[in-house]
Amino acid sequence: MTEELQAQPEERQIYDPIGETPTSYLREPEGAHPPLDFPPYKSTSLRHPKQPLMYLPQTITEITGPQLGTILVGETDNDLTVQHAGEPIGERIIVSGRVFDTEGKPLRGTLVEIWQANAAGRYKHRWDRWPAPLDPNFSGAGRCITDDEGRYRFTTIRPGPYPWGNHYNAWRPAHIHFSLLGRAFTQRLVTQMYFPGDQFFPYDPIFNSVRDPKARERMISSFSIHDTVPNWAQAFEWDIYLRGPGATPFEEEH
Amino acid sequence: MIFETTPSQTVGPYFAIGLPFDVGPFAVPEGTPGAIHIAGTIFDGAGVPIPDFLLETWQSDPDGKFADMYGYGGTTEMEGFRGFARYGVEDGDGTFDILTVKPGPLPGLAGATQAPHLDVSVFARGMLHRCVTRIYFADEAEANASDPVLARVPVERRSTLLAEPDPAGGGYRFDIRFQGPHETVFFAV
Repeated sequence: MTEELQAQPEERQIYDPIGETPTSYLREPEGAHPPLDFPPYKSTSLRHPKQPLMYLPQTITEITGPQLGTILVGETDNDLTVQHAGEPIGERIIVSGRVFDTEGKPLRGTLVEIWQANAAGRYKHRWDRWPAPLDPNFSGAGRCITDDEGRYRFTTIRPGPYPWGNHYNAWRPAHIHFSLLGRAFTQRLVTQMYFPGDQFFPYDPIFNSVRDPKARERMISSFSIHDTVPNWAQAFEWDIYLRGPGATPFEEEH
Repeated sequence: MIFETTPSQTVGPYFAIGLPFDVGPFAVPEGTPGAIHIAGTIFDGAGVPIPDFLLETWQSDPDGKFADMYGYGGTTEMEGFRGFARYGVEDGDGTFDILTVKPGPLPGLAGATQAPHLDVSVFARGMLHRCVTRIYFADEAEANASDPVLARVPVERRSTLLAEPDPAGGGYRFDIRFQGPHETVFFAV
């Protein structure tokens, strides 16, 4: 880490074999992301802008992005089962996949950060107080950087579903939170990865805030027998797509 | 485009497990000559400070160069300049405080010059997608007057994008309001 920080700026640059830095990114269609105001998810009511969003032209500030990987990611940060003296309780799983842009180009060097509840559905967080056990051997956070093929890989424990206070008898489907920095401000994404066939899908306003059923499917991982480790771990695969290059209209004013 | 993007979901109430990091609020190292604090309060639609949020900023150095991963536009030569700050709080009084330097003027579209600014993302429980805004500087009146982005913002709302000098705080003050008569301008990127 120290060496990286002391490196000259020129040396810190990463040669990009994939292609030139895009000068503009796709403007996503309506409905690609959930609405900011979504009454079934009650906390949105006071936390969304009332005025329509204004169009921001993509300038150099929007098409550039930070490099945090070298200072943030340690060698074992992608294994959430080795962070304590003992092993966490639960189903050991490999969660892996690739990060692409919408043209299908793999995005290398992207910081992927995850956090999650333990096998019993409890977060190691002081505000999570529902009566499920904490696991002294599980903190629930990990980081990694995508490789040259855009691939990330975590070893963790399958999280449990848990109740929350949105409405009577509300439960969140089991999920892992994902944060991706991308290579540009335009590509920043925070989302959640779900597991196939979760019984709580029909009842969860956060999952269903994505109105297009096909878009919802893109948040669900798939079981991968190929990635399982015999006598060791199950595996789930999930590819993530960030905005790719796209012509952006110079002005939308008429 | 061949593929559709993965949809956004809320950062939720427990992001503090994974996202904040020690030097996150420092876009430049402590002790950097010319470093400034940009601090402020984030208010919800009832005018109440939001106790749990994650705020990120991205900007150029004073010469208009970024610490971009691919060196786009020429790489910063400023020692230790990261240009990125992340301030996360799980039970605060609604305030944030980052340490940075004032960015330089930047090229805009069609030969225009942009006034010094930071891009800002706000994430929180109750936000299903990030909310993006920009911080400009109230004491850059001349540059602001010809900024191509500010020019698109209705005159009466421009002040919501201006950080005010705050000598006592060591820099500038920038409040973010989600609703109400002084609602901050948020952008679709």
